[in-house]
Amino acid sequence: MTAFLESIGYNGWILPVLLALPLLGSVALFARAGSTASADEKMAADRRLAFWIFIAEAALSLGLWWSVDTASPDWQAAVKLPWIPAWGVTFHVGLDGIALMLVLLTTLLMPLAVLGGWTSVREKTASYYGLLLILTTGMLGVFMALDLVLFYVMWEVMLVPMYLIIGIWGGQRRLYASLKFFLYTMIGSLLMLVAVIWLGLATQKGGVPNFSYDAILELSRTGAFSGSIWLFSAFAIAFAVKVPMFPFHTWLPDAHVEAPTAGSVILAAIMLKMGTFGFVRFAVPLFPMAAMDPRVRTVMLVLAVVGIVYGALVALVQPDFKKLVAYSSVSHLGFVMLGIFAMTVESVQGALVVSISHGVSTGALFLLIGMIYERRHTRLVDDFGGIAKVMPIFSAFLTIVALSSIGVPGTNGFVGEFLVLIGSFPTQPVYTVIAATSVIFAAAYMLWAVQRIIYNPLVKPENLALKGMDLNWREIGLLVPLVIAILWIGVYPKPILQKTEAAAERLVRTVWSAPVSDPSQARGY
Amino acid sequence: MIYDLSIPSQLMAALLPDLVLMGGAIVLMLFAAWRPESDEHQRAVGIGAMGLIVATIAAVIYMSSTGAESNAGVIAVDQFRWSVDLVILLAALGTIALSIEHNVREGIVHAEMHVLVLFAAAGMMVLAAGRDLMVIFLGIEIMSVAVYVLAGLNRRSPRAAEASLKYFLLGAFATGFMLYGIALVYGATGATQLDQISARISAYALLGNPMLLIGTGLLTIGLAFKVAAVPFHMWAPDVYDGAPTPITAFMAAAVKAAAFATFARIWYESFQMTVLTWASPLWWLAVATMVVGNVVALAQQNMKRMLAYSSIVHSGYLLVAILANSPLGSSAFVFYVFAYTLATFGAFAVISTLQSGGDRPPMIADYAGLWHVRPWLATAMGVYLLALLGFPVFGGVGFFAKWYLVRAAVDAQLNLTPLAVILVVTSVISAGYYLQVVRVMFMQPRAEDAPTPNTAGPMTKFVLATTVILILALGVYPTPLATWAEKGGMPLFKQQKLVTQVPTTEAR
Repeated sequence: MTAFLESIGYNGWILPVLLALPLLGSVALFARAGSTASADEKMAADRRLAFWIFIAEAALSLGLWWSVDTASPDWQAAVKLPWIPAWGVTFHVGLDGIALMLVLLTTLLMPLAVLGGWTSVREKTASYYGLLLILTTGMLGVFMALDLVLFYVMWEVMLVPMYLIIGIWGGQRRLYASLKFFLYTMIGSLLMLVAVIWLGLATQKGGVPNFSYDAILELSRTGAFSGSIWLFSAFAIAFAVKVPMFPFHTWLPDAHVEAPTAGSVILAAIMLKMGTFGFVRFAVPLFPMAAMDPRVRTVMLVLAVVGIVYGALVALVQPDFKKLVAYSSVSHLGFVMLGIFAMTVESVQGALVVSISHGVSTGALFLLIGMIYERRHTRLVDDFGGIAKVMPIFSAFLTIVALSSIGVPGTNGFVGEFLVLIGSFPTQPVYTVIAATSVIFAAAYMLWAVQRIIYNPLVKPENLALKGMDLNWREIGLLVPLVIAILWIGVYPKPILQKTEAAAERLVRTVWSAPVSDPSQARGY
Repeated sequence: MIYDLSIPSQLMAALLPDLVLMGGAIVLMLFAAWRPESDEHQRAVGIGAMGLIVATIAAVIYMSSTGAESNAGVIAVDQFRWSVDLVILLAALGTIALSIEHNVREGIVHAEMHVLVLFAAAGMMVLAAGRDLMVIFLGIEIMSVAVYVLAGLNRRSPRAAEASLKYFLLGAFATGFMLYGIALVYGATGATQLDQISARISAYALLGNPMLLIGTGLLTIGLAFKVAAVPFHMWAPDVYDGAPTPITAFMAAAVKAAAFATFARIWYESFQMTVLTWASPLWWLAVATMVVGNVVALAQQNMKRMLAYSSIVHSGYLLVAILANSPLGSSAFVFYVFAYTLATFGAFAVISTLQSGGDRPPMIADYAGLWHVRPWLATAMGVYLLALLGFPVFGGVGFFAKWYLVRAAVDAQLNLTPLAVILVVTSVISAGYYLQVVRVMFMQPRAEDAPTPNTAGPMTKFVLATTVILILALGVYPTPLATWAEKGGMPLFKQQKLVTQVPTTEAR
C-alpha cells in the first residue's frame, strides 16, 4: 500500500485536494440551487451528489493511514505554497499523528452525518449540503494548518456555515441558539487574531512578518514569549469557548439541541475537538511556561474537573434527551482538558482517544436521537417508555452506544478515560480522584435515561404506534460502522495509540524542556 | 519626472485629471440644462457623466503610471493622491450607476444631479491633492456644497429636506471651526503650506505654542465633523437616512475617503512633530467613535440608520490607521478605504434596489425572508455585511482590511496594542447588528402580506456583481490590493522622520 501511494505521489497532493474537493462540490451544489426540478427530485439529487462527494473525500483520505509516517519528527504530507508573500503568509499544511486522527475522524464521519439527515432536511437542500461541504473544508483546514493566519482563517470559516445551518434548518429556538453560538465563538477568537498578528510581528525578518508555526515555535523555544500569560490567554479563551470549558459552555446545549441532526453530529464529534486540538497544537506548546505556570495550570485543571462533574450532574436532571447528551459532552471534554493539562505522555494520548471516541459515541447518539425524533417528534425522555418492544433494533444500537458513552470496558469510552486517569494520577492525584467519580455519574444519567426510553412499561399509545417503524436499512447501515469503531477501539486501541505516541511524546518534551521565560526579552508583555 | 509647480504650465499638467473632470462637468452641466427634465434626459446625462468619470480614471491611471512627482508646492503629485482619487472616482461611478435607476423609481428627474456628483468628486480630488490649507479648504467647500444639494434632491420628501438642512447647518458650523483652526495655525506658523508649517514648527520650537495647539484642535474638530467621528457624528444618521440612497452611499464612501485622505495628509505632513501632543486626543476620539457607534448601531431598526452608525464605526477604525503614524498605517488606510468602499457601496445598492418608493424608510424587518424570494440579493447583502464585520473568506477582503489595521496598530511606535484590542472587541459588538440583518434575511420566514421585492436593474446588477466578485476575490488573494496600497501609503512618509522629542532650536 505504502509503495503504491508513493508511486502516485500521494503525499504531495492529498491535503490540498482534501481541502479543495468539498469547495468544488459546494460550488456544484450552489449552482443547482436554481434548478427547476420538482422538490422531491431536487432533494434526492442534491443529497446524492453531496453524499458521493463525501464518500470520495473519505476514500481519498484513507490513504493517509499508510502514507503518514507518524514516528517522523517532520510534518507529513506537507505542502507549502506562497499565499501573501508581502505579509509573510503562506499556505502551509501538514500533519502529525494527532492531526491525522482528527482528519480521518472528520472525513469518515461526514458521510454518516449526511446519511443521518437523509430525510429530515427537505427545504433548500442544495444550500444545506453546499454549506456542509464548506464546513468540511474549514474543519479539515483547522487540523492541517501550519501557518497561523491560515489557521485563523479556517477557524473562522466554519462559523458562518454552522450559523446558517443551525439558524435555517434548526429547531424552535434556532435564532437564539445560532446567534449565541456565533457570538460566543467570535468573541473568543478575535483576541486570538491580535495575538496571531503580534506573534507574526515578533517573528519578523527584514520587515516581513512570519506566521509559520515552525518559526514561531522556534522563537518560543528561546524563551522570548513562552511565559506570556497575555498571549496564552488570547489563544486559550478562543479554544476554551470551543471545547467548551466550564464557564464558557452555555452556548453548547442550545446549539446542539437546536441544530439539525447532521449539525449536532458535526458540532459534537468534530468542532469541539478543534478546541482541544488548539490547546495541543498552539496554546500549550507555544507558551509552555504560561500554560504550566502553577497558577494557570491550577485554574485550567480546576475548570476541567468542575466541567466533568458539573456536566454530569446537569445531564442527570435533563428532561430532553438531546440536551442530556449535550451536557454529557461538557463532561467528556473535561476529561480531555484534564489529560492535556496533566501533561504526561499517557494523559495526552488518553485525551486524544477520548476526543475520538467521544466523536464516535456522541455522534452515534445524536444520530439515534435524530432517528427517533423523526418518528415520534419529541425528544423528552418521559414521552417514551418500552420502545424496546416495538423497535428492538433501535434499542439494541442505543444500548451499545450508551454503554460506550459511559465508558464500559470493552468499548472505546473506557480506553480513553482510563488512560487519562492513569496518566494524570501520578502528577495530579486530587483532581484525578474527583474526575473519576464522574464515571459513576455517567452511568447514572445514561443508564437511567436509557431505561426510561427503551425499558419501562409500554403504555403510551404514541409509542405503541411505533410498531413496524423500526430502523430501515439506511439507518442500520450508517450505525454499523460506528458500532464497529466503538468495539474496535475498545478492544484493540493499539494502532491509534501507536500512531499518536510520537506526537504526544514530542509535545510533552517540548513543554517540559521549555526554557525559563525571561520577561526582559518579551516585547511589552 | 518632477513637476515644478511654480511654472503654470507644469502646474496645469499636474492637475490633468482634475481639469478633465471639472471641464467635462461644466460642459455636461450645460447639456443637462439644454432639454426639459425627463427620465430619458436624466439617463443620458448620467451615462455621459459615467463616461467622463471613466476618462478621468484613465487620466489618473496614466498619471500614476508615469511615477511623476512634484517639488514642494500647493498640491501633491504622489501615489497617495492617485490611490485616493481612484477610490473617489470608483465611488462616483457607482453612485451615478445606482442613481440612474433609483431616480426612475423615485421620480427624481433632475439631470443636474449627476453633474453635482461630478462636482463633489472634483472637490474630493482637490482634497486628495491639497498640500496647502487654503487649497484643502477650497476642496472641502466644493465637495460639501454639492453634497448639501444632493442630500435634499428629493424635494417631495420631508425627510430629505430635513437631512439637507441639517447637513448644511452643521456642515457650515464645522467649516467655521476649520477655518478658525487654519487661521490660528497660520497665526502661529506664518504658513499655510503643509511642509512649511512642519518646517517652522521645528525651526521656531513651536511645540508648546498655545495658538498652534488651539489651531490644530479646531482643525481636528472640523475634520472630525466631516468624517463623522464621535462626538461630532450627530448629523450622520439623520442625513444618511434622509438623503436618496445612492447619495448616502456616496457620502458614506467617497466623502469619508476624501476627508480622511486630507486628515491623514495634514497630520502626517504638518504635525508629524507634534505626534505626542495629538496622539492622546485622537486616541480617545477613536475609542469613543468605535464604542459609541457600535453600541448605538445595535438599537437601530432602520437599515440606513444602522449603516450610518456602521459608517461612524468605520471612521473610528480608520482613526486607528492615522494614529499608527507609520508607512504601514497609511498603507492600511488606503487598503481599508478601498475595501470599505466596496462593501458600503454594495450594501447601499441592495437597499436602493429594494426601496419601494414613497417616503417610507427601509426597515430591517422588511427584509424578513428575503433569501426565499431574492436569494442572490440576500447572499450579496450577506457578503457586504460580513465584509464590514471583517470576517474572513465570506467577508472577503474585509478581513484583510481589518487585519492590516490591527497589524499597523500592533507594529506602531506608539504602543497601540491596547487600541487594537479595543478595535477587535468593539467589532464583536458590530457582529450583533450585522448578523441581525443576516438572520432576518435568511432565517425568518417571509411575511404573508409582504410585497414582492423589486429586482435589480442592469446597472445595479453590474455594481452588485463587481463589488461581490472583488470582495471575494481579493479576500482569497489580496496581494494586488496590498501592493497597490503599500505604494499608495508610502509617499506621506517619504521625507519624514519621526521626531518624538522637542527640538532644542532657540525660540525666535
